[in-house]
Amino acid sequence: MKRTIIATVNNTSGVMNRITGLFARRHFNIESITVGMTENPSVSRMTFVVNVDNQRGLDQVIKQLNKQVDVLKVRDITDDAIVARELALIKVVAAPQHRGEISSLAEPFRASIVDVGRESVTLQITGDQQKVEAFIDLLKPYGIKELARTGITAFKRGTNKSVFESPKYSIIN
Amino acid sequence: MSPKVTEVDGRELKVENQEMTGSSMLIQALARENVDVIFGYPGGAILPTYDEIYRTGIRHILARHEQGAVHAAEGYARVSGKAGVCVVTSGPGATNVVTGLADAMIDSLPMVVITGQVATSVIGTDAFQEADVVGVTMPVTKHNFQVREVEELPRVIKEAFHIATTGRPGPVLIDLPKDVSVASGFFNYDQDVDLPGYQPTVVPNKLQIKKLAEAVTKAKKPVLLVGAGVLHSKASKELLDYVEQQQIPVTSTLLGLGAFPGSHKLHLGMAGMHGTYTANMALHEADLLINVGARFDDRLTGNLKHFAPEAVVAHIDIDPAEIGKNVETAIPVVGDAKEALRMLVEVDGRPSACDEWKEQVQQWAAEYPLWYNEDDTTLKPQRLVEMIYEETGGEAVVTTDVGQHQMWAAQFYKFDKPNRWVTSGGLGTMGFGFPSAIGAQFAEPDKQVVAVLGDAGFQMTAQEMSILQELNLPVKIILVNNASLGMVRQWQQLFYEERYSNSLFPIQPDFVKMAEAYNIKGWKVENPNDMQQTLKEALDYNGPVLVDCRVAKEENVYPMIAPGSGHHEMEGIKP
Repeated sequence: MKRTIIATVNNTSGVMNRITGLFARRHFNIESITVGMTENPSVSRMTFVVNVDNQRGLDQVIKQLNKQVDVLKVRDITDDAIVARELALIKVVAAPQHRGEISSLAEPFRASIVDVGRESVTLQITGDQQKVEAFIDLLKPYGIKELARTGITAFKRGTNKSVFESPKYSIIN
Repeated sequence: MSPKVTEVDGRELKVENQEMTGSSMLIQALARENVDVIFGYPGGAILPTYDEIYRTGIRHILARHEQGAVHAAEGYARVSGKAGVCVVTSGPGATNVVTGLADAMIDSLPMVVITGQVATSVIGTDAFQEADVVGVTMPVTKHNFQVREVEELPRVIKEAFHIATTGRPGPVLIDLPKDVSVASGFFNYDQDVDLPGYQPTVVPNKLQIKKLAEAVTKAKKPVLLVGAGVLHSKASKELLDYVEQQQIPVTSTLLGLGAFPGSHKLHLGMAGMHGTYTANMALHEADLLINVGARFDDRLTGNLKHFAPEAVVAHIDIDPAEIGKNVETAIPVVGDAKEALRMLVEVDGRPSACDEWKEQVQQWAAEYPLWYNEDDTTLKPQRLVEMIYEETGGEAVVTTDVGQHQMWAAQFYKFDKPNRWVTSGGLGTMGFGFPSAIGAQFAEPDKQVVAVLGDAGFQMTAQEMSILQELNLPVKIILVNNASLGMVRQWQQLFYEERYSNSLFPIQPDFVKMAEAYNIKGWKVENPNDMQQTLKEALDYNGPVLVDCRVAKEENVYPMIAPGSGHHEMEGIKP
């Protein structure tokens, strides 16, 4: 099963090594990992998406992460109300006559063209994983020359309320 | 701020709140941490620190191999409860302590290891004697540091000792580049440790304690499993109080021996692969298993599918990651064993109605005690351990290596008091027993320290006899010599159809001559009838000794749970 784990850690050298070492030792496959500074420059925030076999293994890895002196807080936020986003850069084969078509695909996804070459355009998209994947799928027929994804970065929503109250269906969305 | 004077052993070390070099800071800080002995070995990158050791006269024990130094620090830590301190150089000096770090990590021994490192300007250039020690030791330390700026040093050392000795103890490594140790900075050791990411839970949750007390009241067949956590938290008294109040039978792990008096009528002995039949059957039949400070190691549990099948499991541990790791736990109690046991005594839950159960376990104990075949012609290793017990009055600090002799020592020496038993449990490190005895002797200078060693393990670190010679340290080396890797041989006999691949030594050194080369008095005993007398003489001898005891070569450790079997499937119980 796929789980999203966030951790706040001391922004010191070697922290990444400590954490990925723990995952590796337990044969956890890290699908993606993002790290960046927080509002406090001495603290970094990490978001992992991991594939685990069972809950017990996951509990163990979270406990082991918590034991690390440089790890301040760890949470599995998969089942929480979260905001999760990633960014992807996609370089697509595009002869000049296809540029307009590709641009029109980008618009509803709020993707943007960030670079244009003689035979290619590069698009940037941000959003949750589903949206990014849907967009990549759409671009595939044109021929993807290069693709770079940042992996998910996430945190909990400021309020849980809206999630519980929002209906599961909607005629507007 | 006014300068403060630090005294160690009556010697006035320097003052603080002043400029000094990194290596001065290190020695100052060690003095402030009341370190009374350092085990180590010098080398290029750590030279500035050794110069400071020379100038201050802080006590340093020169090992003959870094592994000897680090195991001595472990032995010191196990017996004293204080952090063992080890100083070595970069590169090979540092990699030679890795085994000791892993050993201390898995057996939760507090230790601070300082490794020299090449200068920061050349780190990462494959400089002479450079190794990525922080990277190498990351998985085998509780925490490790590399000091980049001299100003960080006092804080790092303070944090290192704090982390090593609090919560679940463990080894901490400080990698000290040469240029940092000669750079000057301001030394201030009066800062509080501020580690928001390291806050061990000491006081257990009251509700969990209550839940556990209720479970005890309901239980018909309760049993306690006592691990080294009780020793680390110095909770032997609280444990005894609790057991006397509740009248629950007690089993012990290998490392927990001595936490509860071995000769107490409620003590069923060690559990696990070579534990007593009674202890293992008690775990198998129990309806409530209370684990205090043990980590359900596989050598204890046997096949997890068959482990304590009837039992509700309660687990008291200061390390939350141990709870539920191997065995599903219904009543987790995170906290210090001493606190938890004290709270349990205070709850004073109604003792369980388990008289029938106690009768049952007593009956097993009477019917299936530990046993071996007596023999007039060959010296039985089990008998040898019994003799050591008799001759030391059970008062000695006993250290062992790993293998058959270790199991016999655990089975036949009754540890009545805590911190008298030093052995490598989790990592199973051959070569541990002898140097750890040296460390133990420093922790308890007035006690008799007996190193019960196999002939194979002894040869891995025998060079440390130099320390005994140099300091006339009265460690008693008792070699349980079967001219083989006994436990390997036993497994080859039982599971590899007697194909004794590389487990029988075709030649052996003359151990008595070896001892004599170090000016250590040596005896060789072949006749079982001479053993007691020689042992008495050796133990009474004023100074280090080595007794080469030629024991029965084909003897096996029994009873035994074969790999893959459960506690109820013990083999080799008394017929």
